[in-house]
Amino acid sequence: MTKSMSETMTEAMAAAPLLHAEQVSKSFAGMARAALNAVSLCVPAGAVTGLIGPDAAGKTTFMRLCCGLLRPDAGRITVLDRQIGRDDAAIQAEIGYMPQHFGLYEDLTVAENLTLYADLHSVPQAQRPDRFAQLLDMTQLGHFTTRLAGRLSGGMKQKLGLACTLVQPPRLLLLDEPTVGVDPVSRRELWDIVYRLVATDGMGVLLCTAYLDEAERCQQVVLLHEGAVLGSGHPADFTAHLNGRVFGVRGAANQRRALQTQLRQRPEVRDAVIDRDRVRVLLAPNTAPPANAAPPWVPLAPRFEDAFIDRLLEQATQRHPPMQVAARPEPSALAEVITVSNLSRRFGAFVAVDQVSFAVRRGEIFGLLGANGAGKSTTFRMLCGLLPASSGQLSVAGVDLRTAAAQARARIGYMSQKFALYEVLSVEQNLRFFGRAYGLNRQRLRERLDWALNEFGLAPLRQQNAGLLPLGFKQRLAMAAALLHEPDILFLDEPTSGVDPLERRAFWQRIDALANAGVTILITTHFMDEAEYCDRMIILSQGRILIEGSPAEVRAGARRPEQPDPSMEDAFIHWISQPAAPEHAA
Amino acid sequence: MNRAATGGGIRLKGLIIKESKQILRDPSSLAIAFLMPVILLLLFGYGVSLNARHIPIALVADAPDQTSANLFAHFAQSESFVPQHAPDLRTAERWLRERRVDALVHLPADFSRRLQPGSPESAPVQLIVNGVDANQARLIEAYVQAVWGLWLSDHLAARGHRLNRPITLEPRIWFNPELRSRDYLVPGLIAVIMTLIGALLTALVMAREWERGTLEAMMVTPMRVNELILGKLLPYFVLGMGGMALSVAMARWLFEVPFLGSWWLLIVSSAVFLLAALGMGLLISVTARNQFIASLISIIVTFLPAFMLSGFIFDIGSMPPVLQALTHLVAARYFVTLLHTLFLAGDVPGVIWPNLLALAALAVVFLAASRRKIRKSLE
Amino acid sequence: MNSLRRIWALAIKEFQALLRDKKSRFVIVVPPVIQLLVFSFAASFDLNHIPLAVYDEDRGSAASSLIARFSGSGHFTLSAPVHNERALQHRIDEAQALMVLHLPADFSRQLHQNGSAPVQLIIDGRNSNTAAIALSYANRIVDQFNTDWAQSHHLPNPPSVLISRAWFNPNLESRWFIVPGVVGLLMLVVVMVVTALSVAREREQGTFDQLLVTPLHPAEILLGKALPGLLIGLFEASLIVLIAVYGFQVPLLGSLTTLYAGIALFLLSATGVGLMISALSATLQQAVLGVFLFLVPAIILSGFATPIANMPPLVQELTLLNPLRYFMVILRGVFLEGAGFNELRNQFWPLAVIGVITLLIAGWLFRHRMN
Repeated sequence: MTKSMSETMTEAMAAAPLLHAEQVSKSFAGMARAALNAVSLCVPAGAVTGLIGPDAAGKTTFMRLCCGLLRPDAGRITVLDRQIGRDDAAIQAEIGYMPQHFGLYEDLTVAENLTLYADLHSVPQAQRPDRFAQLLDMTQLGHFTTRLAGRLSGGMKQKLGLACTLVQPPRLLLLDEPTVGVDPVSRRELWDIVYRLVATDGMGVLLCTAYLDEAERCQQVVLLHEGAVLGSGHPADFTAHLNGRVFGVRGAANQRRALQTQLRQRPEVRDAVIDRDRVRVLLAPNTAPPANAAPPWVPLAPRFEDAFIDRLLEQATQRHPPMQVAARPEPSALAEVITVSNLSRRFGAFVAVDQVSFAVRRGEIFGLLGANGAGKSTTFRMLCGLLPASSGQLSVAGVDLRTAAAQARARIGYMSQKFALYEVLSVEQNLRFFGRAYGLNRQRLRERLDWALNEFGLAPLRQQNAGLLPLGFKQRLAMAAALLHEPDILFLDEPTSGVDPLERRAFWQRIDALANAGVTILITTHFMDEAEYCDRMIILSQGRILIEGSPAEVRAGARRPEQPDPSMEDAFIHWISQPAAPEHAA
Repeated sequence: MNRAATGGGIRLKGLIIKESKQILRDPSSLAIAFLMPVILLLLFGYGVSLNARHIPIALVADAPDQTSANLFAHFAQSESFVPQHAPDLRTAERWLRERRVDALVHLPADFSRRLQPGSPESAPVQLIVNGVDANQARLIEAYVQAVWGLWLSDHLAARGHRLNRPITLEPRIWFNPELRSRDYLVPGLIAVIMTLIGALLTALVMAREWERGTLEAMMVTPMRVNELILGKLLPYFVLGMGGMALSVAMARWLFEVPFLGSWWLLIVSSAVFLLAALGMGLLISVTARNQFIASLISIIVTFLPAFMLSGFIFDIGSMPPVLQALTHLVAARYFVTLLHTLFLAGDVPGVIWPNLLALAALAVVFLAASRRKIRKSLE
Repeated sequence: MNSLRRIWALAIKEFQALLRDKKSRFVIVVPPVIQLLVFSFAASFDLNHIPLAVYDEDRGSAASSLIARFSGSGHFTLSAPVHNERALQHRIDEAQALMVLHLPADFSRQLHQNGSAPVQLIIDGRNSNTAAIALSYANRIVDQFNTDWAQSHHLPNPPSVLISRAWFNPNLESRWFIVPGVVGLLMLVVVMVVTALSVAREREQGTFDQLLVTPLHPAEILLGKALPGLLIGLFEASLIVLIAVYGFQVPLLGSLTTLYAGIALFLLSATGVGLMISALSATLQQAVLGVFLFLVPAIILSGFATPIANMPPLVQELTLLNPLRYFMVILRGVFLEGAGFNELRNQFWPLAVIGVITLLIAGWLFRHRMN
């Protein structure tokens, strides 16, 4: 089956590649290594081709080369039978490009944004009503045509961006991380649109993504690493050799993270991640699972993510040791570090957060999940004292940060959704500033700075401007800055958006170490596999709590005859798509 | 299939509509175009004047008598002065030092004696002015001289004499016979304000698009760079012309500055000037590519040069040659001349055309330089 | 102690954010110095190349001698003579001459027979200030001519003479007046640039929230953001004063202590205004608009180019809110008059009051714009 599929693929490619890159190289001034090094690939019609790779692999550079925004140093790119660099305007009329940050005009409405792109593509007036209706229907934005784009949720923005790109049906669609920061429901909807167009119009798609389940659905995957192609083919081709190396180990419900850490220490284990109630283990080649292990190791079918990790860890030289965190003193009384009761926040008539109550215990990892616009960030901002609550009580470490003495804020660390460090300052200057702002003395600052630069692998980049770092490093820097003063409580707002799987593993390893040391962590994420790392979580929708519980409980509640063992993503979609129910007993 | 070439009109229209809607939704652009000229013109039209009035002046006579009282009475009658009588010279000098007065007029003890007919020496009137503000000091000198002259001829006439002057100067001041400084400050000010408006409107717009990432996706459409620039310029041009119309209306009807030129020439000059000003803003924007730097540059290079180097306040002809050459780069310089001439002198071809051509050349240079810097590329 | 450390940390960060980037470092340091040079040379009310045309119908020796006095005065540049009324009108209309000196045909005859002859002076009044100054030069030349004529022709002395002297600036050089003023303008611009954009910039880049969750108190943020404005202002002020004194030879008669006290108080009040604008603006465009809405009136209503005394009473009262107004007096007082603390105390305290009030308002706005 797989075989026949990849055969048809090769035929399609041979027939008429929409995009053909030959030996493309590109380097930027001031960068040590070339961004792209002799990359060749084809994008066929009627299929989705995934360009997958870790941060700074050169994916975005390649995309920009393909649409004429950058010029290659060497090599040739042919798009729709025309060479890039010769007649770019003609090419640009027939392709669609959705950049990583699709710059919608936030002060224009949905309809106005769409009209602008229709004008830019000279879509005839006669065709517009039908086309717009179709796009709005597809993206389910029909009810929001008069809303300003700036007021849309993250998911809706991405869908609108896609609609703008598709306003003139392109023959080739370039998507650069289209689902970063998008909730699972919107993500699913977005992919439905793309795959429908691929099937009906025979459109070809080149996709960059950090979600490996999206990569797994591609008809062809090109693995890019440090500017060079590591391999390409059907996703199944990548996993074939992993049969017999992937296992599931079931542990006690609340011991999964400990089990994962324990398994990760074993020399033959290449990767261990939490997957539902078990830990998914990838063994190094030519090793075998321990005999008669308890709990037992159950063989699992390999998936693309295993292959990705396997390939990239072959490239990596050494494994990162777990982070050393000083244990926080046991509190005398406060078992519940964060308490929220009947918290509400209104913006005019709009209720962003509606009567939310929950409590987080010391050393707990607590997840705030929900669709875009469900009120997660608003709750976060209220907890951090950045936004006053309209009504209700909240307390963080016993105080309300909005009214408490500034010194109380020294106990928390905060990582905002958007990278919010000083882009014009160097890595070291940023860290020094936050260290001093938190009152670290000279001696302590030097120690913590050394620690941060080493722990996060930032030492070689210490003089680099923060704004020029690749996304994964920005995220590391932001986390380092938030941890410099050793806070007892960490607020992390979508800390892993757009970050590649390797980086996310390192990130969660650190979070685990922090939680074990007694740090309380409140986190939001759109990666449902990450939600499994939480001790407890809530799912918010339209400002209200749909369900609260451990990951197992949330999944159990979503169990249905047709879905006996739902993944967290399945469970999330189940809860979100519940008809608006009255207050769930938490 | 080649829709790329033919759809220019539709694309341009789309860009213009987009920009216009953004302008209408952001109060700060509208404020720049309409609020700024109103506030600034009101403030200056009413506030600033180079005609000195009510100058505090100290009057002191060492030996007060009828003659000195007569002379001092002339000062009291003058609109220009607010005289204060000082008991002695030392007091008057202290007042001058403390800036209670700007000048002092001193009559020595033998003043009246020397004034007698037949006295071999002239009777001296001593004037001491605070020279810190040289311009004001010169004005005060001239005013004192006028008052003194009037007194002297009155004094002589009362005794049946006539002041004998070999040459009498008869000044004829054209265009602004009363030398109302408002008539010349207001048109000049319009030029300075329009420089600010033009540059401010566009200085941040391109930088903002770079910073917010709105350009990247638009670059990968058949849109041409010329359409992008035109789509930016036209709406701001209309806005700027609106601000200009408002300013001219205020000058004409609120401040009653005479307008002798023809309206069509005013419109043409304003349009060409605005293109140059918008072009400069655009150039700042594309050079900086970042709103912060663009803001820094626009604050530093717009207002002060337009204020100091345009001939609005300071005479260009009296600057060193190097600086005179430099003023040719300041668009406001030509516009100040054009406005002064159109308002106060009328359509004078020998002034209008060279200045208009120079403005057009500047506009072309700024726009062409911006055009070169904007490419559909991220490099 | 901890508070000081935090303020210092923020101030260092602000410095780095301003000066690390090559473009912004350049924009902050280089243009003020260039502008001081350019403006100090450019800004002068002294006219020295007034284009003058002569319409001499008389051609007598007295006429030539009068014309020679005009051309020899250093203020006028003689252009080609005019030969009829139409040419005269053309010269003025086209702005080829600012003045035309018209000596009527019977000038010499009248002078010799009547002892008095009229001379017409036609002046382009489009720029009323230039016209007034040019006229005063002409008056002075004619007066001197009259005195000399009376002496050489043994006419009786005039019954009275006006003897004029100017204190503090005997030659009435307007550069002495302008250069200290330019120092004030440039300092205001620099401080505005450094302070008014700083919060809007953080808001736009999303870093302000990150700053607010640190233990920095709003008052500490305020002070941390004020320090760079003060220090950069102080640095540039010293630089500019050095250039003014050694480059332009403007006499500095007063004490440096008085000067720096004035500079410090002015910087304080300008920083307060800058931070107020900063706290009010949500975007950089708004901040820039705010800067201009303050800067332009502040400069024009400061007494820099036009005396405050000439303004209507209402506007004069408005200028009491303008820190630059006080600073202008301080600068000129210290430079040209050698004024000390005592004479300037009425300029010092309003600056201090403006500084404290604007900083308090900025602090209040900081807290209240946070939501």
